[in-house]
Amino acid sequence: MSVRTLPLLFLNLGGEMLYILDQRLRAQNIPGDKARKVLNDIISTMFNRKFMEELFKPQELYSKKALRTVYDRLAHASIMRLNQASMDKLYDLMTMAFKYQVLLCPRPKDVLLVTFNHLDAIKGFIRDSPTILHQVDETFQQLTEIYGGLSAGEFQLIRQTLLIFFQDLHIRVSIFLKDKVQNSNGRFVLPVSGPLPWGTKVPGLIRTFNNKGEEVRKVEFKHGGSYVAAPKEGSFELYGDRVLKLGTNMYSVNRPVETHMSGASENLAAQTQESIAPNPLAKEELNLLARLIGGMEIKKPSGPEPGFRLNLFTTDEEEEQAALTRPEELFYEVINIQATQDQQTNEELARIMGEFEILDQPRRSASKGDDLLAMMDEL
Amino acid sequence: MFRRERSIPLRGSAAALCNNLSVLQLPGRNLTHFGVVHGPSAQLLSAAPEGVPLAQRQLQAKEGAGVSPPLITQVHWCVLPFRVLLVLTSHRGIQMYESDGSVMVYWHALDAGDASLVQAVFARGIASSGHFICVGMWSGRVLVFDIPAKGPNIVLSEELAGHQTPVTDIATEPAQGQDCVADMVTADDSGLLCVWQSGPEFKLLTRIPGFGVPCPSVQLWQGTIAAGYGNGQVRLYEASTGTLHVQIDAHARAICALDLAPELLSAAEDTFVHIWKLSRSPEGGYIEVEHCHGECVPDTQVCGARFCDPAGSSFAVTGYDLAEILRFSSM
Repeated sequence: MSVRTLPLLFLNLGGEMLYILDQRLRAQNIPGDKARKVLNDIISTMFNRKFMEELFKPQELYSKKALRTVYDRLAHASIMRLNQASMDKLYDLMTMAFKYQVLLCPRPKDVLLVTFNHLDAIKGFIRDSPTILHQVDETFQQLTEIYGGLSAGEFQLIRQTLLIFFQDLHIRVSIFLKDKVQNSNGRFVLPVSGPLPWGTKVPGLIRTFNNKGEEVRKVEFKHGGSYVAAPKEGSFELYGDRVLKLGTNMYSVNRPVETHMSGASENLAAQTQESIAPNPLAKEELNLLARLIGGMEIKKPSGPEPGFRLNLFTTDEEEEQAALTRPEELFYEVINIQATQDQQTNEELARIMGEFEILDQPRRSASKGDDLLAMMDEL
Repeated sequence: MFRRERSIPLRGSAAALCNNLSVLQLPGRNLTHFGVVHGPSAQLLSAAPEGVPLAQRQLQAKEGAGVSPPLITQVHWCVLPFRVLLVLTSHRGIQMYESDGSVMVYWHALDAGDASLVQAVFARGIASSGHFICVGMWSGRVLVFDIPAKGPNIVLSEELAGHQTPVTDIATEPAQGQDCVADMVTADDSGLLCVWQSGPEFKLLTRIPGFGVPCPSVQLWQGTIAAGYGNGQVRLYEASTGTLHVQIDAHARAICALDLAPELLSAAEDTFVHIWKLSRSPEGGYIEVEHCHGECVPDTQVCGARFCDPAGSSFAVTGYDLAEILRFSSM
């Protein structure tokens, strides 16, 4: 499909990830400066120039497995640690949120406005760091250069490519269910009312013309929806009113991020298509992945800064329960680099990723409150 | 009025493509064949009149180099004078099968030669015209294949130049007679329509310019072109002259499928399917349109829609992420 999709996918999923992490950091009462450092570290890794260069190269979308590996790395680009269950939940929320945004974009081109909404919010997180702000602005430039001139047809192809990537994902998200944006069967609500895409007229008119091009008849018909014309077009400038709300932060401290783990299994046959392939990760994809992650330049946490574990669930017990009861078809298999035959690529990837192992933190018997106190004692 | 009939379950959900439903009516055998693209595979199934599924088969896009398995862009039955072939277009090439999908009779690999790094390479847009099958390309070219009455000896006979942007859809009809020579129309991502006359050498008769939005779906019937656009409009043109006769603000989102014979069926991403009655006005002889019926498929981004019988008394619909074919018939 379109070879221009990966940057949009990556940046929007990354944006959702930051919204969720920000909410959890505040909900878990992580001290302000620590929380800011986490977000700064992740954002500066995301927008690192070398990484962006690799990302923006025209290429096909990665498989879900490969993309998940990139976010695993990204989420651990700071002193924060996540257990497998929390990382799974984080990824579920990110993907369902962006799927929702793509599906509801009035025009295919509006996915660019959604991306700009995410970038605008990211700039809010790093307000006090001019270097990282500059990196984000540069990415903005690149997006405008590459996507600003694309035709409606090319954006339609990008939209189709994204929807194929998200096909068959129906994880139910509490905040969506509560807002009546998602049905209990996991499908998103597509409203038949509200503002139309920019450039679309209100349905309901049939105009007939004669051979000279003069209008000879005008008839109205009942189209079944309740639409209004869009008030104005969203801005594609560096600063401006995007008009579209999709891609803005929907979480706040009082709206916890929960997911229900059911709802995907209607088409197991279709879903397992990816995993029954003989070589789960083609050699070529590994090469691309190695280059992409190689550009990440993740700084090894050094010095006396103690790490801390972020929990996407309300309690440790919930997290453990989620890990035990996760339906099999929703297992994200993070790349097991030992499984590949290619020795050279294997070594290269191992070298890049070798310094950072996602360690499963030993489950502590103390409560979450004690963990926090222990951490603060170490400061 | 239409009522909802029993759905036909699919093995895999429908992909978010346009024109993602092909129907082959076999009234003599009391069967209807359906074809739907899932992604890297397409599903064919046959059903009895009440929608009872009888047989199904999955076809895969033929492999090639690349990071991920190739995606299919369209599946379509081509009815030719002496045979019916099933054509599958993908990001690697064009596959042609016997109508039940059992045997591949022809494979044409795409030549990505001229493509710049940033262009997606694929085939899309399939139609039969006489003993030819025409297939559109990402480059805007239309390949014309000469199909023998039987056997695999299919030959690429011509490459039509008319479009500069990826072809979206092709529609054909048997030539109407001496006056009406236009029997094929091709559409592309820029909204441009090209009207052709088929023959040993196809001839470009006229061009109908776009207006900034893609034209994902086009139909041709009795000298009338029906074109659906990315801004939700349906426009009807006189094929021989390219004159615009009717403009309908039909949908709130991009149109994804049209069918025509004798009524016009339009389906779009706004979850609606509309049926329109076409007639010729007695005075001026120009085309008139009347809205007959609107059907909302709740929370479904429709991606394919076709009539299931020649009278247009029943139709079928597919939707993104939906693992069933929805059926409607008039009461």
